Amino acid sequence: MKEYQTITEISGPLVFAEVDEPVGYDEIVEIETPQGETLRGQVLESSEGIVSIQVFEGTGGIDRNASVRFLGETMKMPVTEDLLGRVLDGSGNPIDGGPEIVPDQRQDIVGEAINPYSREYPEEFIQTGVSAIDGMNTLVRGQKLPIFSGSGLPHNELALQIARQATVPEEEEGGEEGSEFAVVFGAMGITQEEANEFMDDFERTGALERSVVFMNLADDPAVERQVTPRLALTTAEYLAFEKDYHVLVILTDMTNYCEALREIGAAREEVPGRRGYPGYMYTDLAQLYERAGRIEGKEGSVTQIPILTMPGDDDTHPIPDLTGYITEGQIVMDRDLNSQGIEPPINVLPSLSRLMDDGIGEGLTRGDHGDVSDQMYAAYAEGEDLRDLVNIVGREALSERDNKFLDFADRFEQEFVQQGYDTNRSIDETLDLGWDLLSMLPKEELNRIDEDLIEEHYREEEPEAVQAD
Amino acid sequence: MSQAEDIESVDEDGVIESVSGPVVTATDLDARMNDVVYVGDEGLMGEVIEIEGNLTTIQVYEETSGVGPGEPVQNTGEPLSVDLGPGMMDSIYDGVQRPLDVLEDKMGTAFLDRGVDAPGIDLEKEWEFTPEVEEGDTVEPGDVVGIVPETVTIDHKVMVPPDYEGGEVTAVKSGEFTVEETVVELDNGEEIQMRQEWPVREARPAGDKETPTEPLVTGQRIQDGLFPLAKGGTAAIPGPFGSGKTVTQQQLAKWSDADIVVYIGCGERGNEMTEVIEDFPELPDPQTGNPLMARTCLIANTSNMPVAARESCIYTGITIAEYYRDMGYDVALMADSTSRWAEAMREISSRLEEMPGEEGYPAYLAAALSEFYERAGKFQLINGDEGSISVVGAVSPPGGDFSEPVTQNTLRIVKTFWALDADLAERRHFPAIDWNESYSLYKDQLDPWWEDNVEDDWPEVRQWAVDVLDEEDELQEIVQLVGKDALPEDQQLTLEVARYLREAWLQQNALHDVDTYCEPEKTYRMLQAIKTFNDEAFDALEAGVPVEEIQDVDAAPRLNRMGTAEDWNEFIDELEADLTEQLRALY
Repeated sequence: MKEYQTITEISGPLVFAEVDEPVGYDEIVEIETPQGETLRGQVLESSEGIVSIQVFEGTGGIDRNASVRFLGETMKMPVTEDLLGRVLDGSGNPIDGGPEIVPDQRQDIVGEAINPYSREYPEEFIQTGVSAIDGMNTLVRGQKLPIFSGSGLPHNELALQIARQATVPEEEEGGEEGSEFAVVFGAMGITQEEANEFMDDFERTGALERSVVFMNLADDPAVERQVTPRLALTTAEYLAFEKDYHVLVILTDMTNYCEALREIGAAREEVPGRRGYPGYMYTDLAQLYERAGRIEGKEGSVTQIPILTMPGDDDTHPIPDLTGYITEGQIVMDRDLNSQGIEPPINVLPSLSRLMDDGIGEGLTRGDHGDVSDQMYAAYAEGEDLRDLVNIVGREALSERDNKFLDFADRFEQEFVQQGYDTNRSIDETLDLGWDLLSMLPKEELNRIDEDLIEEHYREEEPEAVQAD
Repeated sequence: MSQAEDIESVDEDGVIESVSGPVVTATDLDARMNDVVYVGDEGLMGEVIEIEGNLTTIQVYEETSGVGPGEPVQNTGEPLSVDLGPGMMDSIYDGVQRPLDVLEDKMGTAFLDRGVDAPGIDLEKEWEFTPEVEEGDTVEPGDVVGIVPETVTIDHKVMVPPDYEGGEVTAVKSGEFTVEETVVELDNGEEIQMRQEWPVREARPAGDKETPTEPLVTGQRIQDGLFPLAKGGTAAIPGPFGSGKTVTQQQLAKWSDADIVVYIGCGERGNEMTEVIEDFPELPDPQTGNPLMARTCLIANTSNMPVAARESCIYTGITIAEYYRDMGYDVALMADSTSRWAEAMREISSRLEEMPGEEGYPAYLAAALSEFYERAGKFQLINGDEGSISVVGAVSPPGGDFSEPVTQNTLRIVKTFWALDADLAERRHFPAIDWNESYSLYKDQLDPWWEDNVEDDWPEVRQWAVDVLDEEDELQEIVQLVGKDALPEDQQLTLEVARYLREAWLQQNALHDVDTYCEPEKTYRMLQAIKTFNDEAFDALEAGVPVEEIQDVDAAPRLNRMGTAEDWNEFIDELEADLTEQLRALY
């Protein structure tokens, strides 16, 4: 391993050094400052004679006399099952005062793409116990379903609730052995307070034992945020595909990750894309999100719930926009619902789960699930539309039919979406609740539900129900 | 260069000078533009994209981590090509035509390793070749010399390659051969095998383009009925995320009446491609009843696979499509999504530090798009036969804003526009094609086909539907202000009819076994049934029946069940009779 004292330029998170032998792209670099501190970085560009290095911990303290060592390998994550229950910093070093980690394997953190031919299509329903998700935007194993939120909204509570309550119903009953549930939590640039919130909850519920936590806090170096999710996902892949765990990966906050990406792009003087974010952000995000999935012949799975705060609640901002194009749907938190005290404030209309259709129905959840969810969507959307009208003409001016849809929309929010962060509803409870609400509407308005199902589930005795005339 | 050939080092090796992501520069490499090269000790596949003095710039189709200056670069001296021959149907390739199932085998893992090559078609497999020519016949480029049963659905035609001269046949074989064995010899010494090679960036030669007059029947009511695409036409599907681009594309791949489908998953989700891979072998082709895969070639370059291969996958796909067109087939090509392709161009371009055009896209974006779409069309082939390629490109505009460069440049070229709308998708109106924004310029030239094959009055009935929907759009603005009940009765009735048009006819459930495919006759009859309701209802209104009573007529909600009805002919017969009877009973 050769050591150089040849730094020529330091600029933002980047260091340029002259070298006299070739250095591989993406290789790991150690920089020792004159004060004896060792910083780690990665080769961003390698040319004959000069390399540019991105330093994870920030370039503070580096001067031109610092020495640079090239380790001759790309960044690896030491993985082992013993990581469960551990808390690591954003670069993968333990910060919980526990013993050194003895790795079982060292895996490349970039991760290779899963061959689409080797994937298994995700269709196992995960019951989160949250009606707005289970009933309307069902999550399945191997899916990547982000939470689109905004500053000041309770996305963390929701993520914690999901982490706490997520189960796969059959396994509960069958008591199947072998595939256990694990959580990998990757925090990027969140505040100490938020971090405490997560840690307290993990400890209170005993979830920490089956979790691996990576913490890059708001005052940790921004560049490190580039590595944190890759470490988390490498760990998740190891647990899922080598050790048969069903892993739920929570990444928060993706917005901070993208900011870090932009910072490095700017420091490298790259041609910026939309709003200054680099043109390769789509590819970069895809390389994270696409690491969710199932593989044929493997027991385990990686399910991702990335959280991102939309700047200005704008879902056309590049971060949510590019994310939405890669992930299989999104759960959208709504500021209005939040101020009305709805917990969780999920707005189901812009929310979507693309893998829902194959994960629900007879034998998976319940035969009426698809129809009920479709009908509730349509009815709620209609009620939502009418609210604008009510503001202008008042309720009296509307027909009886319209008033029913308005009532439906209100009760949908107050009873179906509203449940609190500690209530765990089974899918049967969720769907029955759905039928309670749908029975407010006249039978012939339920045009998206199979007639046999209406016969079976429609609540004739509901006082609001009106006989077909 | 195709992977089928052994790498023979044509020239001396070059040396890597610098590496930055997928872009590598090398010195001392004697190469032409677009030559395929093998980069580094691992032999990663790449393509020459810029030459400047002694410095050659290469885009690499694989991950470049760990590759460093000083490593060798080997030139093959040939441009990026595809292997064309039997075995492409029922295959799934990555962006440079490496079969993904073979890669899985060779790599021994579910993850895509580097530096592994595989030929696009199986070189070992023997195919049954039946000649169509005899000794002494004269053949020209493009002529069919024999037939190979490729799949249960498709007869693969072995042709004289377009770059041959042609001549008199001196030897013909019959029986089982591999794709590399010669099956026909010509007097000028040319030998014809089942395999051809073609550089992907060059269109295969064909004769004149003709005006398409036959629709590509998609089995989707709004597309067939209001905004049809012709066989040999081009269409774009732009829409924000979650509006159903991929489902729409997949529906077309499943149900359209093309002979061959080439489906390109360009920079999209892995799980989506897996769904296609799992579903298509099991789904029956509506024309033949055989598995859909028997007429399908899939190209899957998911978003996390190397970006340079994403750039090339579109060309790989269209070249394969052209090859089947040359056999006289009607080919449909779906590209999902062309925006990812454009972004790949942008990414490479910015690494080359080219001067950017609009929104950072390279200045040649418009040229690249139109070059691609121009490879579609209904062609007079060089052998005198006819064949067509229809191209459907999905577009993913950032933020759903159609004014961005990829959408705008695409719209300048394509003649059918299916605009997807987030609002419709939110209320689960699928397919979420916005009938106010979408258009088709093929409508008029396809009308004769509908008149001949479905019903004489089709153009009038369709126009009626368009008018009602237009009127609804205007009335909705008033309703937003004053409420529905403030409208005069006839307008209330129009709204009711429009609602049935939207809910019963335009909406179609892709997940329902029956509703997922709607033949043109059914599309017509369903529309006619709504028109019956309309006509009878307005008669009743004129006779003084209050609009509420008309709306409450028992049979009307059954219009919504037409799509899912199994015996639709009887169902609609009965429904029309009931509607007429019940509405007339009111006065």
